[in-house]
Amino acid sequence: MSRIDAWRAATETKMRSPKSWWRFAAPKEFFWLTGKLVPGFGWAAALLAVVGLYAAFFVAPSDFRQGEVYRVIYIHVPAAWMSMIIYLAMAFWGIVGLTLNTRVSFILAHALAPTGALWCFVALWTGALWGKPTWGTYWAWDARMTSQLLLMFLYLGYIALVHSIEDPRRADRAGAILAIVGSLNVPIIYFSVQWWNTLHQGASVSLTKAPSMATVMLVTMLIMTFAAWSYSIAVALARARTMVLLREAHTDWAQKAAAAMIAKREAE
Amino acid sequence: MSPRQKRLSLILLGLALLASAVALVLSAFRDNLVFFVTPSEIAQGKAQAGRYFRVGGLVEAGSIQRGPDGITVTFRITDTAHALPVVYRGALPDLFGENQGAVAEGVLRPDGVFEAKKVLAKHDETYMPPEASHAVDQAQRAAQSLKE
Amino acid sequence: MEWGSWSAFWAMGGKAPFVWGSYFVTGALIAFEVLQLLLWSRRVAARVAAAAQWNAVDEASEPAKEPE
Repeated sequence: MSRIDAWRAATETKMRSPKSWWRFAAPKEFFWLTGKLVPGFGWAAALLAVVGLYAAFFVAPSDFRQGEVYRVIYIHVPAAWMSMIIYLAMAFWGIVGLTLNTRVSFILAHALAPTGALWCFVALWTGALWGKPTWGTYWAWDARMTSQLLLMFLYLGYIALVHSIEDPRRADRAGAILAIVGSLNVPIIYFSVQWWNTLHQGASVSLTKAPSMATVMLVTMLIMTFAAWSYSIAVALARARTMVLLREAHTDWAQKAAAAMIAKREAE
Repeated sequence: MSPRQKRLSLILLGLALLASAVALVLSAFRDNLVFFVTPSEIAQGKAQAGRYFRVGGLVEAGSIQRGPDGITVTFRITDTAHALPVVYRGALPDLFGENQGAVAEGVLRPDGVFEAKKVLAKHDETYMPPEASHAVDQAQRAAQSLKE
Repeated sequence: MEWGSWSAFWAMGGKAPFVWGSYFVTGALIAFEVLQLLLWSRRVAARVAAAAQWNAVDEASEPAKEPE
């Protein structure tokens, strides 16, 4: 037995072991686990969004300089954070997939892409709508905005690449490499406001200094951020779950699970 | 090394190489990636007269003057070391004001006045309620009077 | 935050198109993503469940056939 075969056998043993986290790399276990996680994160997202939106409009005060228009921040900043973190997560799952050859890792990367693209678009859209009444322009080609636009193209490029390659294993690998290479753009987005003169202001919240925001505003923004996190996890896992079902359509467990899903919906 | 470790180290090595390549390219283009130049850089002769570019800094306190036609505005953009006179005809953004950040787009006239075609406001990352801003102002004034 | 009246709330200090344009477009995109995902997962489940029936038919007619 070659070393690779020996390693594969060891991996499969780990996946079958009921006590190891590895078992969730097995499609069937992953399907079961996500079935439990998706509703939890979904409800958490809904609850946090209700609380966050209430705080954004009825608790948080006006801004001393911008008045009411600053309230766009409660969407803009969480969306921009999510768009960067999700791309890094895609790169992470790409590295895990390429290293361990686990299919579920690649599926997680694919499942994250549309949600990351959504947040990236939201960050650009709300940024434009916020820029016009404050800066006096919808768009400027400064380093922050240009690198965020590049992130949008990286998301669209990833989705197009993965869909254009028919062989799923090759699509997985090509997508992973694009995600890993493209993730270098994320630190550029984040630090652009420090490295270069930009029209965009610096970070209000960072690990290296005290936040330059009133506490009520900061807490509201963090609630909205947690809502965006929960939403993204719920949606990405739900998408990954369906992708697993589709890829495993030929297996007995997948067909039984699909039948059970339909029966459950008809019963409701 | 197991095949798994080998693959992981290959990926990480490739990523490190690529990251350093990107870092090199970015540092080479560092000066071209700025959105605006500062009045000090113009004083050092970094900007050519007659070429379209952007200049950014703070709007000097007391420098905003509106012309008799009601459209022309002159003000000075400063980075505290140097100040550049700017003339502009048109609507200003809401957040434009004294001691606030601004970016002007246009050409530097031979007489040293910057003729702006567009003026953008640049605000900072501070957000607080008006009452808090008032309190901060008062605290600063109190600190100032103690120093004096 | 005291708005005083609902019309003051909707006016957002005169910046209504920018504030509501941000919130409602984001809300619409999220609603679209959730709905699209829900419909797609139902379609997939129906297809996979149907595949089971076809497999059963295949197995009944050609017991020796290897799955893909």
